[in-house]
Order: sequence, then structure tokens, then C-alpha cells
Amino acid sequence: MTTRAALLVLADGRFPAGGHAHSGGAEPAVKAGRIRDARDLEEFCLGRLHTTGLTSAALAAAAAQGLDPLALDEAADARTPSPALRNAARRLGRQLMRAARATWPSPELAALAEARPRGAHQPVVLGLTARSAGLEPADAAHCVVYETVSGPATAVVRLLSLDPFEASAVLARLAPALDRVAGQAAEAARHGIDALPAASAPLLDISAEAHAAWPVRLFAS
Amino acid sequence: MHLDHTHTGPAAVSADSARPDGTRRALRIGLGGPVGSGKTATVAALCRALRDRIAIAVVTNDIYTREDAAFLLRNAVLPPERIQAVETGACPHTAIRDDISANLEAVEDLEDSVGPLDLILVESGGDNLTATFSKGLVDAQVFVIDVAGGDDIPRKGGPGVTTADLLVVNKTDLAPYVGSDLGRMARDAAAQRGDLPVVFTSLTGADGVAPVADWVRERLADWTA
Ligand SMILES: Nc1nc2c(ncn2[C@@H]2O[C@H](COP(=O)(O)OP(=O)(O)O)[C@@H](O)[C@H]2O)c(=O)[nH]1
Ligand SMILES: [Mg+2]
Repeated sequence: MTTRAALLVLADGRFPAGGHAHSGGAEPAVKAGRIRDARDLEEFCLGRLHTTGLTSAALAAAAAQGLDPLALDEAADARTPSPALRNAARRLGRQLMRAARATWPSPELAALAEARPRGAHQPVVLGLTARSAGLEPADAAHCVVYETVSGPATAVVRLLSLDPFEASAVLARLAPALDRVAGQAAEAARHGIDALPAASAPLLDISAEAHAAWPVRLFAS
Repeated sequence: MHLDHTHTGPAAVSADSARPDGTRRALRIGLGGPVGSGKTATVAALCRALRDRIAIAVVTNDIYTREDAAFLLRNAVLPPERIQAVETGACPHTAIRDDISANLEAVEDLEDSVGPLDLILVESGGDNLTATFSKGLVDAQVFVIDVAGGDDIPRKGGPGVTTADLLVVNKTDLAPYVGSDLGRMARDAAAQRGDLPVVFTSLTGADGVAPVADWVRERLADWTA
């Protein structure tokens, strides 16, 4: 395997693709008192992992495998009922596309950028980026499940001044679950678009809609 | 291997000086500096001084509100469609330096929706003395400090004070009240910056922004030369 380092580049929180401005639903959860400490953060992440995380990871794995990115983009829309979250996913997809084309340019990325100039859903762009970087579908799925939990963890460190060591320990404890969900996602992608999971988290959808209307907030979503 | 570089879509490289259709993009100038030093006031004054002859738009990077954008809108320095606010996730320096994607998107959206533009001013969210703009985002940067923040700031240096293309020392009208020694600030700034320019402004006076506006006009002349 010669691609492991490319996966680290893509999964690095410092990869400049706009994610730092998003909390993955953690900001409204903190405000509502649902996340107050590391234990709450872990539960929040676990819930997100098995819903949004699984669904997004399967979309990314499918794109990395070479399924039609435009059809996957529609599949992502169908799996994202909240307009605020669709908007966030497309903005992040557009930002990731810029970074991806500068780092691993490919005709497939160029074609998707042209077909969706305002941005395709981020997991689809991520899967195609992984493909351009020579990575496997399972790598793309791992990348997505990791950012599904690392985004909220970083945000909660800022929002609650949570001890950063505790936040990292939460991520480490979740690692076996991340591996399992990434495996499920990559397996699902092997069975085609119609077999992709559609697990959703209604509370995340509802709180994302409310959050988008806040006049004062730290994070974009 | 995917090594094909023939992009047909939007430019992938942020520092490209041409837009996808081949026309020259707007000059981008960043304004950074500590919170409260007068960045938004400088942006507003620049818009008023330049807008009759130059097509301008503004991107703001507020820390947690849309306050700067709201101020510019309230004061009607530009039509609303020429002002865009970027959300920075509690990290204003990240959005202008380490991960500039949201700002680049705002800049490109402005050019697409209200362009062609001559100049885009990007105001940072206000940060400490180390925050500077990425060269991938702006072509030149202005660092705004004020006399009330202490007359030892030029001596302390830091990347903003030392390397910005223009250092603005604002609120000179307050110097007598806060005991700031402008001569000392000028000497310290010159020692830190060598040949890089420094201007002193007071935005409370008539045309107080003139030294900054003149510098911006020179940058524009260079850009379009
Ligand atoms: N006395 C005085 N006040 C100023 C001057 N420039 C700006 N201010 C005031 O300083 C405060 C902060 O300015 P603002 O532009 O919002 O700072 P920013 O945080 O750097 O954008 C506002 O109340 C301005 O009216 C100046 O030259 N003299
Ligand atoms: Mg301001």
C-alpha cells in the first residue's frame, strides 16, 4: 500500500477545505445544553457517526469507487432533508473542490466542478478527491467518518473550553466504532446507488434549521 | 495517474490573476489588525473616497456576528449586493491565512454577481498582532493599529506590523488623551519596517482616510498597468 500518506493529507484537519468554520451540529447542541462535557460529546459523536456519518461515508465510498458523481449528488440531496444542511454540504463541497483540484487535479474533478459550479455535496466531492489521489473507497469512507466526529470535537473545545486532551481521548475511544462504520459504508457502496444507506438524525436536521437563523453564532453550521 | 491540468471549470489556483473567462480579476487588498483599531471605519471611508471612480466590493470576516457587514450596510457605503460576510468558526486568522477557501468563494461570488470589479477589500475579523493574510487570498495587505492601543505596538513588531504592505496608525486625534508619542511610534515603525510605508490617520477629520486612499490608488495603478 503506497497511498497511506495521501490519506493522512486528505484527512488532516489542516487540509484547507473550509471545515474549520463548521461545528457539525455541535454549536446548537451546546446551546441547548445537550453537550456539557466530554461524555456528552462522545454520545453526540456516536449518534452522528451512525446516522449522518454512515450515510455520508457510503456516498463518499461510492464516488471513490467510480459511481456517477452527479447521480450520487442527487442521492445526497434525497438524503438531506434540511435545506440549511444541503446548503452547508454544497458550500463545503465547493470549498473542498478548490483544494482538491489544487492538490490532486484530475479530469473527473474538473468535470464535476463544471457540472456543479456552486458545489456538489461534500461527501461526493471527497470521494472523488480520494479517487484522484489514488485512494480506495474504504479510505474515503474512513476520511468521512473521521471528520464526522472530529469536526464537532474541535468545535466543542472552542465552544465549551473543553480540555483538548479529553476531546482527543473521546476521538480515540470512538476509533473502533469509526472503523466499523467505515467498513459498513464501503461494503454498502459495492452494491450500487440504490443500496446506499439513508440513516438520518432528525434532531440534527431540526437544530441545523434553527441554527441557520440565529443572528449571532460562532460557526456557519 | 491524473496529471491533466486542462481546467475548463472555475480556476483552481487562487492566486491566478485572471478570471476563468480570461479577463483581469479585481485587485484584492486585505485589512488586518487588532479589534477596534478602525478597520471597518477605514473600509467605510475608503469606499466613500473611491466608489465614484472605482468599482468596489467588500468581504467582512466577523468573529461571531455580521456586525461589520451590518455597519457598512447601515451606513450605505456600498449597495448591499457588494458586501459579503464570511463566517469564521471562532478562528478569524484561520479564515484569512490557513484555510482561505470561504473567503476566496466570497471574492469570486462578488465578481460573478456584481462584477466586473476593480477592487475588493477584505476585512479580517480582528485578531492579535500575528494575524496576516495569505498571498493566495490578497495581493496586498494593510495593517491597522491605533494610538490608543499603546504607543509601544510598533516597537513590539510581529508579522502584521513588520511585513504588511502598508501600516496605518489610526486615531491620531486621540494621541493627546492617551499620552501616545506619535514621533516615537513613527521611529519604531521605521526601524521595524525598513522601506515599507507607514501612514498616520484620524478618521474623525474631513478626508482623514486620504493617505490610505492614495496608497490604494497607486496599488490599483500598478495592478492595471
Ligand atoms: N477617535 C477616533 N475614533 C475612531 C477612529 N477610527 C475609528 N474610530 C472608532 O473606533 C471604534 C472601532 O472602529 P472599527 O472600525 O469598528 O474597528 P475595527 O474593529 O478595527 O473594525 C469605532 O467606534 C470607530 O468609530 C479615529 O480615527 N478616531
Ligand atoms: Mg471591524
